[in-house]
Amino acid sequence: MSSLLETPSDRLLAAVRQLLTAKGVVTREEIAERIRTTDNASPAQGARMVARAWVDAAYRARMLADGAKAAEELGIPMRGMPPLGVLEDTAGEHNVVVCTLCSCYPRAVLGYPPFWFKSAAYRARAVRDPRGLLLEFGTALPAWVKLRVVDSTADYRWMVLPLRPAGTEGWSEERLAAIVREGDMIGVTFPKLP
Amino acid sequence: MSALFPAGTSVRVRDDWPETRGACHIRTPHYLRGVRGVVEKHLGAFANPEDLAFARPAAVLNLYHVRFSPQAIWPDAQGDALVVELYETWLEAA
Repeated sequence: MSSLLETPSDRLLAAVRQLLTAKGVVTREEIAERIRTTDNASPAQGARMVARAWVDAAYRARMLADGAKAAEELGIPMRGMPPLGVLEDTAGEHNVVVCTLCSCYPRAVLGYPPFWFKSAAYRARAVRDPRGLLLEFGTALPAWVKLRVVDSTADYRWMVLPLRPAGTEGWSEERLAAIVREGDMIGVTFPKLP
Repeated sequence: MSALFPAGTSVRVRDDWPETRGACHIRTPHYLRGVRGVVEKHLGAFANPEDLAFARPAAVLNLYHVRFSPQAIWPDAQGDALVVELYETWLEAA
C-alpha cells in the first residue's frame, strides 16, 4: 500500500495513532481536538490576554495569579497544558524569557516559538548579555530599568505582561490587542504604536 | 505539599553532575551548579521529570523560583537578576 508520496514518518504516525486509539489511551476525537487547539494557538491569543489586562485591573490580578485560568476565561483551551506564569513588567523592571535547556514556550497562548528562540545564540546570550541581546532586537532598555531574565527550565511556561504604551488612552481592547506581538510577550521588544 | 524553603530563604544549588555518571535527564542548568541564590516563590509541586523521562515512578517535588545574581555566575554579565525554576532536591540551605 505504499506510494511515492508516503514517507516512513507518515507510516509511523499512522501506526502510533492506530495504537493509541486501539489501546484506549486517547480517542480519535481527542487527537482531532488537540490538532485543532494547536492550529489555533498563535500570539493573537496572548495578545488578547495582554489587552484585557491593560483595560481591566481585576482581570490583570487574576492573570498574574494564574495565567492558565485567565487564558481559559478568554476561551483559550488550556486542558493538558503546563501551568502558565505571567511576568509583570513595571516602570522599573523588565522581564525577558528564555529556555536555556531546550525550547520551553507557552505554545497554548503564543503558538510555535520563533526560530531564534530555539537558537543556541539566543539561549546563551539571554542569560549572560541580555542588554546586548535586546539591542539586537532594536530595544534600548534605559539604564535605570532593571532587567530580570527568567530561564524557563521546568514545569511552568512563562509570558511577559508588557507595559501599556503611552498614546493608547481610550483605545478599545481589540485595537490594543492588535499592537501586541510575540516578541513583546517574550520580552525582547516593547509594544509600539503603528 | 509544604515548602521546605519559604520565600526569602538563601539557598545553594547542589554542585552535583549526574550527567558524568550515566544516562540522565536534568532540568537544572549546568551554569547554576554550586551557585547561591534566594528563593523568590514556591511554584507548586510536580512529578520529578528526571524519573518521568525514563518512565520510572516519580516522586512529587516542590518547585521554586530562585533568583540569582548573574554576576555571581559570569563576572561580565549584563542583567540584574536571573530567575530559574528549580526542584527542591537540587537545593540546600546556604
